[in-house]
Amino acid sequence: MSTDTHAAHADDHHHDDGHAHSTFSGYMLGFVLSVVLTAIPFWLVMSGTLPSKQITALVIMAFAVVQIVVHMIYFLHMSAKSENGWTMMALIFTIVMVVIALSGSLWVMSHLNSNMMPMHQMSGMK
Amino acid sequence: MTVAVNPSQTGEPVFYLADEHPHPEGWSTSLGFWIYLMSDCLIFAILFATFGVLGGNYAAGPAPKDLFDLNLVAVNTSMLLLSSITYGFAILTMQQNKVAQTQIWLAITGLFGLAFIGIELTEFAHMIHEGATPQRSAFLSAFFTLVGTHGLHVSCGLIWLVTLMVQVQKFGLIQANRRRLMCLSMFWHFLDVVWIGVFTFVYLLGVLR
Repeated sequence: MSTDTHAAHADDHHHDDGHAHSTFSGYMLGFVLSVVLTAIPFWLVMSGTLPSKQITALVIMAFAVVQIVVHMIYFLHMSAKSENGWTMMALIFTIVMVVIALSGSLWVMSHLNSNMMPMHQMSGMK
Repeated sequence: MTVAVNPSQTGEPVFYLADEHPHPEGWSTSLGFWIYLMSDCLIFAILFATFGVLGGNYAAGPAPKDLFDLNLVAVNTSMLLLSSITYGFAILTMQQNKVAQTQIWLAITGLFGLAFIGIELTEFAHMIHEGATPQRSAFLSAFFTLVGTHGLHVSCGLIWLVTLMVQVQKFGLIQANRRRLMCLSMFWHFLDVVWIGVFTFVYLLGVLR
């Protein structure tokens, strides 16, 4: 596998830092989007505009996901082509690991919690 | 790497060079650094998972609503976001070979980063002063570990930033320094990405809870 990547790299002459495409407009667009995507969730939580906490929670989580994608594209210059796709492969692998670790932990631990004896029964056993 | 294989008829070992063709210095650095960042991402994922599990266990102690000042968090978030864009300007001026302007933008980035760390430490000191120490409850242990690890990363980034400014001052924008500045750029923006998770899941959802 390593010879494959090296051979592919030998063809890739215009490879300098893999980040040759930073532009002023790209950074500014990313910054403005980030400011908007940060301000709205703060405003939603601080003003309590939305009717229920569950809806607010879902909406601000959606904003976080969108902002992470914005940062990845405009600040970290992620693309499917950089480093012959290897950065994207590493990113996809990491996302899979993160989703398994996060959802798995929360799921398993909430099940364990529901199997615990409630506090008021425990105090009655003394 | 030289490898000895089948001895020839004379009994002498035969050597051949298994070395790959030479690469320009640092050609694989950005991919390697990206993979480091992904491993760092896994550290934060575990800390987020821990916080997610323990974040509601207050042990009859203070809850997020009693502790967090969202105005302060908003100021802190903007400090980090501003430092991200000024680092972007440093990269743009670096690409135009303007040493002095690159240094100025790096210095501004450092000041924003320093402000972020300063505000965070003030917040921590205030919480600890009120008795909300990491020992108080599982929620606070998980909180200080997660947010503290992020702050530690930003502090390391600041040390790195100062080191690179000295390097650029001494040697100019040589290829090696450009590569290092690109690595720090990835590190710095990555920390901003982690902070999105922190302010959403720890602060905003904590206050909502």
